[in-house]
Amino acid sequence: MNIHEYQAKELLRSYGVPTPRGVLIHSPEEARQAVRSLGTPICAVKAQIHAGGRGAGHFRDHPEVRGVRIVKSPEEAKEAAYQMLNQTLITRQTGAAGRVVHKLYVEAGCAIERELYLSMLIDRSARKIMIVASQAGGMSIEDVAEKTPEKIQKVWIDPELGLGDYQARVLATRLALQGQQINEFAAIIRSVYSAFTTLDASMIEMNPLVVTKEGGLMALDAKMAFDDNGLFRHPQIAELRDPNEEDPREQEAARFGLSYVSLDGTIGCMVNGAGLAMATMDIIHEEGESPANFLDVGGGASREKVGAAFRILLGDQKIEGVLVNIFGGIMRCDLIAGAVIDACREEGLKVPLVIRLAGTLVEEGLTMIRQSGLNITIATDLGDAARKIVAEVRARRAA
Amino acid sequence: MSILVDKGTKVLVQGFTGAQGTFHSEQSIAYGTSIIGGVTPGRGGQMHLGLPVFDTMEQAVSAAKADASVIYVPPAGAADAILEAVSVEIPLIVCITEGIPVQDMLRVRAALDRSKSLLIGPNCPGIITPDACKIGIMPGPIHCRGSVGIVSRSGTLTYEAVAQTTEIGMGQSTSVGIGGDPIKGLDFIDILERFLADPETQSIIMIGEIGGTSEIEAAQFLKDNKVKKPVVGLVAGITAPPGRRMGHAGAVVSGGNDTAQAKIEALRAAGVHIAPTPAELGSTLKSVLAG
Repeated sequence: MNIHEYQAKELLRSYGVPTPRGVLIHSPEEARQAVRSLGTPICAVKAQIHAGGRGAGHFRDHPEVRGVRIVKSPEEAKEAAYQMLNQTLITRQTGAAGRVVHKLYVEAGCAIERELYLSMLIDRSARKIMIVASQAGGMSIEDVAEKTPEKIQKVWIDPELGLGDYQARVLATRLALQGQQINEFAAIIRSVYSAFTTLDASMIEMNPLVVTKEGGLMALDAKMAFDDNGLFRHPQIAELRDPNEEDPREQEAARFGLSYVSLDGTIGCMVNGAGLAMATMDIIHEEGESPANFLDVGGGASREKVGAAFRILLGDQKIEGVLVNIFGGIMRCDLIAGAVIDACREEGLKVPLVIRLAGTLVEEGLTMIRQSGLNITIATDLGDAARKIVAEVRARRAA
Repeated sequence: MSILVDKGTKVLVQGFTGAQGTFHSEQSIAYGTSIIGGVTPGRGGQMHLGLPVFDTMEQAVSAAKADASVIYVPPAGAADAILEAVSVEIPLIVCITEGIPVQDMLRVRAALDRSKSLLIGPNCPGIITPDACKIGIMPGPIHCRGSVGIVSRSGTLTYEAVAQTTEIGMGQSTSVGIGGDPIKGLDFIDILERFLADPETQSIIMIGEIGGTSEIEAAQFLKDNKVKKPVVGLVAGITAPPGRRMGHAGAVVSGGNDTAQAKIEALRAAGVHIAPTPAELGSTLKSVLAG
């Protein structure tokens, strides 16, 4: 799960990370008042969306306006907010569709000496928490890693020993920090590590972490992501979820404990198991069409859950056909068949449906489908299922 | 022969009396697995499915020696259950639980690295040697004893491989689901090494997916290993968009060589025969063996 910059900064501030003073605003007038109350000669007005590259991104209807603006007066802030709020911001990470900006974060400006990069994440091959730091802050770290890998510093934290202060000091000197800055940097790393481990974070990133003209350190940007598996321990973090940032079908699916990802294609898929769900998407692609979604109903899904999954699929307007692919282990094929039949009767089946069942109680499931009187095509295996749904979708398109 | 489990493997169940533990223990017992009892804190001294229940693993192993344990404990307590099994030196621990926080697994990994215990999973279907020992949630009847070793990160795709090898009459020596989490126990290399050394295993199917670099490391291992057996591979997630978690916590393309395409190329370069689609695992293997 991702959160906004202003939420990440609030959290990190509570763990002791220095950040600029800031105000969250929802209207141009609030932006004006925010700059006045902050009282600094310059302020930053920053679009709050869950995607990076905001500073270089542009608004769809105002290509000259960026996602981060520097303003010098309350009036300028008001004008900037007017151009940004409720507009679609397109960045390197949003894709061409962009994201609508619903809120802005107005921050006190500071005089920057230089920009550093600092992040903490889980290195799955080392099986440890890793700190990544660089003197090349303020730019895309992927670009830095590709063009100048020597500028990337990494330190791994032993899960049993925890973070050593010396590790933070070593990193500080590698970033050419000096004197009191070394201890300040170590304190920031301790705070970040504490937030990371306490809150089950999966990533904390500050790009840039700046050295100010006064010689202090400050997180000018902050990004936090959390391990979905850890959220049950942190209800206060789960509440930070912003529904505006998520696909409505993905939210609906999450409510039923289903794993759903919206995609660009037109063939809806309902599958049990993440690997089989991906493989089903792949085989549809192999047959020359595209999947509309990833949907894993899981192993022990109930009839209600399967029904909900099926309704979510049918509710997607771009769908031209549905492929149900179930290999029953814990999941019983008769339960799937019953839920699919019920959902079809209630929602009305307007697109071709191909169903492939295998495993536990497959004969019972298939008999129910055959006797339902519904226009459902039965496939014998995964390859057969993909060929059949693609053929039916194309026949319908041609008709 | 088979790998890791056979007819004589004695199994304890952690989370024995819960709904999942009960259902799958019944299925495993019916399959012929030698389950000798289980643990549910607070239920020690009772009998469940005709077998003794203990409060702790310490009590369970002092009553009778166990070769393996299987964990059906919910996510909040699952990492602790693994650590408990490690503390009494259970040789093989199979964790079925899905949804364990990653940072819990970092600590588990560190404990495993210092111990002789092996872990399969978490977030996996388990391990089965057909007609001998089934530890986990896979449907028993699709299996048949034979010569193909199967190793996979995905549960239901494992079943595809099993059903297809049963269909073509080759059967399985042992089938292992290593699980879909980013931090886990045994990985491809650990299982491949055992399959290559196992005389009963004459060919191998390995099923990977997007995210992480295990498949790349496995490819290098297969390339460098002196023992060669025919290997058919599949990598799921060619059409998965970058940056999105596809169900499994470990299935996220994060840039670099963790894409399906990069893995397929590495495996091909190591002599692995990539099945064109997940429906053609069995037929690909058959044609490879026919030369």
